[in-house]
Amino acid sequence: MTDPETIQRIKDAVSIPVMAKCRIGHFAEAQILETLGIDYIDESEVLTPADEAYHIDKHAFKVPFVCGCRDLGEALRRIGEGAAMLRTKGEAGTGNIVEAVRHMRSVQTGIRRLTTLGDEELMSEAKELGAPYDLICLVAREGKLPVPNFAAGGIATPADASLMMQLGAEAVFVGSGIFKSEKPERMARAIVRAATHYEDFETLAEISRGLGSAMPGIETSQLDESELLQTRGW
Amino acid sequence: MVRIGVLALQGGFEAHARVYAALGVNVVEVRRVVQLRDIDGLVLPGGESTTLLKLMEDEPWFEALSDFHADGKALFATCAGAILLAREVLDSGQRALGLLDASIRRNAFGRQIDSFEADLALDGEREPLRAVFIRAPRFTATGPDVEVLARLDDEPVLVLQDNILAATFHPELTADPRIHCRFLDLAAGLERPVAERATGVAAG
Repeated sequence: MTDPETIQRIKDAVSIPVMAKCRIGHFAEAQILETLGIDYIDESEVLTPADEAYHIDKHAFKVPFVCGCRDLGEALRRIGEGAAMLRTKGEAGTGNIVEAVRHMRSVQTGIRRLTTLGDEELMSEAKELGAPYDLICLVAREGKLPVPNFAAGGIATPADASLMMQLGAEAVFVGSGIFKSEKPERMARAIVRAATHYEDFETLAEISRGLGSAMPGIETSQLDESELLQTRGW
Repeated sequence: MVRIGVLALQGGFEAHARVYAALGVNVVEVRRVVQLRDIDGLVLPGGESTTLLKLMEDEPWFEALSDFHADGKALFATCAGAILLAREVLDSGQRALGLLDASIRRNAFGRQIDSFEADLALDGEREPLRAVFIRAPRFTATGPDVEVLARLDDEPVLVLQDNILAATFHPELTADPRIHCRFLDLAAGLERPVAERATGVAAG
């Protein structure tokens, strides 16, 4: 969790909503952040988890939570716990989009599969995915998640933002993709515009010009299993 | 058939588009000024007004939306959209279109955590309207041509002026499509401006 003084200074500096991270399972950090009047909490695998078995009971809070997911089962477990928004985990800090793509596709494929199942198959699917039965039924019926799903973890260019939006993300989260790029301000502006005009390829070509180099990508397959952030969370 | 556009630069455009799609209405997401030519009514959705203003710098949106309104086409603004239309945005002093004769204050109920729901009495209707207020603005003053259609604790939260319908809450987030239907009538020209109804002649 960020120092409350820093959070206060950020809140005072901007009129837009402010999101802060707490550790997985660390409900006391979440309670403090809620008291500080933070607008959203990201229960994030980027920080070292505080609990190796349980995530936060997010129903106990009024502040909305966003949580990471790699597949439909993980997505529905987090919604079952009260997450108001989801995002792909991707692999934060790598500037490599492949994990976010994998996670987004996995969730979408899982949703499409549910819509093809018969009612009698749904309980076994719930067991298979480790997901709440009522949410399985809901997604099978509606063909979509009951909360927004964002893309995060590896977005480093306007084209990455367009890719994730076209794959079904409702928005993108970008951190190091901006701050580790050659021209952060220009990159930030370009990625924001790319998220709006994600299917307008002429505009995307225009806004991708002259941005300098994106953050250097890290090949995730070269990372040791223990270095991966996405495997945190249960 | 009435063609509705939803300004899709930023914010909660998808939920509005879904409401109209479910009503069987021809609805498009609008991201370019040129698209305004092909629609009869535009929804300005909720979102974050300063972010929206930055995205609007890419094209002459202010001029285009003023022309759109002057051409008699309809505007439906919710939450941040209402901030964009107002004559004056208190405290922040940010730019606004000034098409709706009202002063407005951003995030006037507090932050995200102070968001709430309430039942509103709708003018001339028996069923109350469930309204979702998220980081909502407040109208602090409205001009003589602004008709108040719903109030929360005596303050206007849903207003009508000429071809403009504006709400400080989010009618797109509940299953009740009455406000969206009302805007369809406005966009189709079925609903006459207040001044015109009062005098029986076309308003200048």
